[in-house]
Amino acid sequence: MPEKTMRDAINEALHQAMTEDDSVFVIGEDVAGCQGAEGETGSVGGVFGVTGGIYNKWPDRCIDTPISESAIVGAAAGAALVGMRPVAEIMFADFIGVCMDQIINQMGKFRYMFGGKSKCPAVIRFASGGGFSAAGQHSQAMYQVMTSFPGLKVVIPSNAYDAKGLMLTAIQDDDPVLFFEPKVLYQETAEVPDEMYTIPFGEANFVREGDDVTVVAFGQMVPKAAAAIDALADEGISCDLIDPRTSSPLDTGAILESVEATGRLVVVDEAPPRCGLTADIAGLAADKAFKSLKGPIKQVCAPHSPTPFAPELEAAYIPDAGKITAAIKETLA
Amino acid sequence: MAIPKEKLLQAYRMMKTIREFEERVNAEIMNGQIAGFTHLYTGQEANAVGVCEHLTDADTIISTHRGHGHCIAKGADVIGMMKELFGSSAGLCKGKGGSMHVADVDKGILGANGIVAGGPPISVGSALAAKIRGDNHVAVSFSGDGSVNQGTCFEAMNMAVVLNVPAIFVIENNYYSEHTSINYAVGCDDLKARTEAFGFPVFVADGSDFFAVYEAAGKAIEHARAGNGPAGVFAEQGRYHGHFVGDPQSYRGEGELDELREKYDPLKNFRAKMAETGEVSGEELDAVDAEVLALIDQAVEEAKAAPRPTAEEVTQDVYINYA
Repeated sequence: MPEKTMRDAINEALHQAMTEDDSVFVIGEDVAGCQGAEGETGSVGGVFGVTGGIYNKWPDRCIDTPISESAIVGAAAGAALVGMRPVAEIMFADFIGVCMDQIINQMGKFRYMFGGKSKCPAVIRFASGGGFSAAGQHSQAMYQVMTSFPGLKVVIPSNAYDAKGLMLTAIQDDDPVLFFEPKVLYQETAEVPDEMYTIPFGEANFVREGDDVTVVAFGQMVPKAAAAIDALADEGISCDLIDPRTSSPLDTGAILESVEATGRLVVVDEAPPRCGLTADIAGLAADKAFKSLKGPIKQVCAPHSPTPFAPELEAAYIPDAGKITAAIKETLA
Repeated sequence: MAIPKEKLLQAYRMMKTIREFEERVNAEIMNGQIAGFTHLYTGQEANAVGVCEHLTDADTIISTHRGHGHCIAKGADVIGMMKELFGSSAGLCKGKGGSMHVADVDKGILGANGIVAGGPPISVGSALAAKIRGDNHVAVSFSGDGSVNQGTCFEAMNMAVVLNVPAIFVIENNYYSEHTSINYAVGCDDLKARTEAFGFPVFVADGSDFFAVYEAAGKAIEHARAGNGPAGVFAEQGRYHGHFVGDPQSYRGEGELDELREKYDPLKNFRAKMAETGEVSGEELDAVDAEVLALIDQAVEEAKAAPRPTAEEVTQDVYINYA
């Protein structure tokens, strides 16, 4: 099977979805690029290259916009309400700050407020998370915030294979989907089939299977947790590593089943701790699997501070395999 | 622009329906029958009807927190709307939306909207869909004089020009954003010029005159439908009620409301015009009044008897599929 980067896997999903369905279009700042300039239109394909080649094939369905995030999300939402399947790009997930209303109060609530008589099959893509020394306004995960809003589905792929299958599911889904691409993983490769395939939402992936501890991790934390767990095998410690892949819907069944079997839980995320996914899943286990627990639930996440710039500071900020290892040992102690 | 008699009667029927709907809603709120926050459209009827009389079901509108009039004018089921305001599970939105979220996407009504200037970006999306599909549908966003100071409104207007899509921005100037005058809140002297500076034509109309709005909206819609990109309509007309039902309206000048109701009543003005031209007789309009009153009576009666939602409905219709 061919190896592809996460960037190429998502790009391939977009090309295949657009080939198959005329109602799919992409919209956002520089999704084509060079509009109105001397350079070749379409030669940018998104600042991370994820929409590359789309303009050349479908100029009418590759919509470059001004830097107007509210209007980008609103345009996607409005087009979806009347039957299109837009895939909008907001670039950095941090920019949710300038289009929050259109996401949470508009597209996320149409169906409910309209009594179930509408659908809004829009996908909004974000490059998410830290790892590039991009500092406070270009490094946030943000998906943990958006998970709290009913009406939105939230997807966080952790590898190229999942990214393609989840993107194709997102485009076919009739509900609004927020798709967070951990940007530090764009260049990471995995085996990705050429053909189209989907991965259902709300179905966790067991990345590792073990008996002693349940580790739940999201996005770029998944490969770090896998590295930590693999290193612990030498010490005779084995762990389930669960990648929920979607935080909304969340595969609570898989998490609880694993916790009931192991009796120990470590939850890992790159976002700060308050009201985040680690607290959410810790609360779930404390509520629903309390009697199975044999040790403290450990949360591994960033501290309660903005993302720092200096590489040393950012390395200290984002959880690494060492912190995950320590947490696993603490719950076993 | 000669308007066929049938259309004149329909326009009057719509304006009268909006008037009676709103006045009855006001009374039922005072009676404690309707919960929540309600913003009435009374006085501005000609704006909604003057625009929507140009539209088909395939064209879309998006509305505001003061949205009953737009929804009625675009063809929403009046009885279903009344049931919705009463919070019934048989309401247009199953009692999930209420006054500020009345919608019927099948009729091209993309919803009333509780966020000021929440609608214009969404309307640009509907217009973009029409452009990509290559049909000649248009998308109208209604918003008020308060919306023109929101960034989303600026973003939507600019993007509509950049993408050259058939979006029509209808700005209803009722002179107050909540309790603050447009004289304070809009920083420039010429809002029309400021709007036209985005790069599209704006047609201004006296919002108490159905015929003026109809003509201005016709020009804007024709411009957009022909593929020339967005257009604007400014309709100037005060509202008869407060920002919300219960607003003490301390911002009004002495005699302001009396003058508004006396001189700037779109229904009275319509009747006067018909008396002048003889196109429709007073008796014919009286007959419409009777029909409308009967419809509103029926709507309230049915709404009061309509089924109430039950607790298990709280979590329904959040998603289409929950996996």
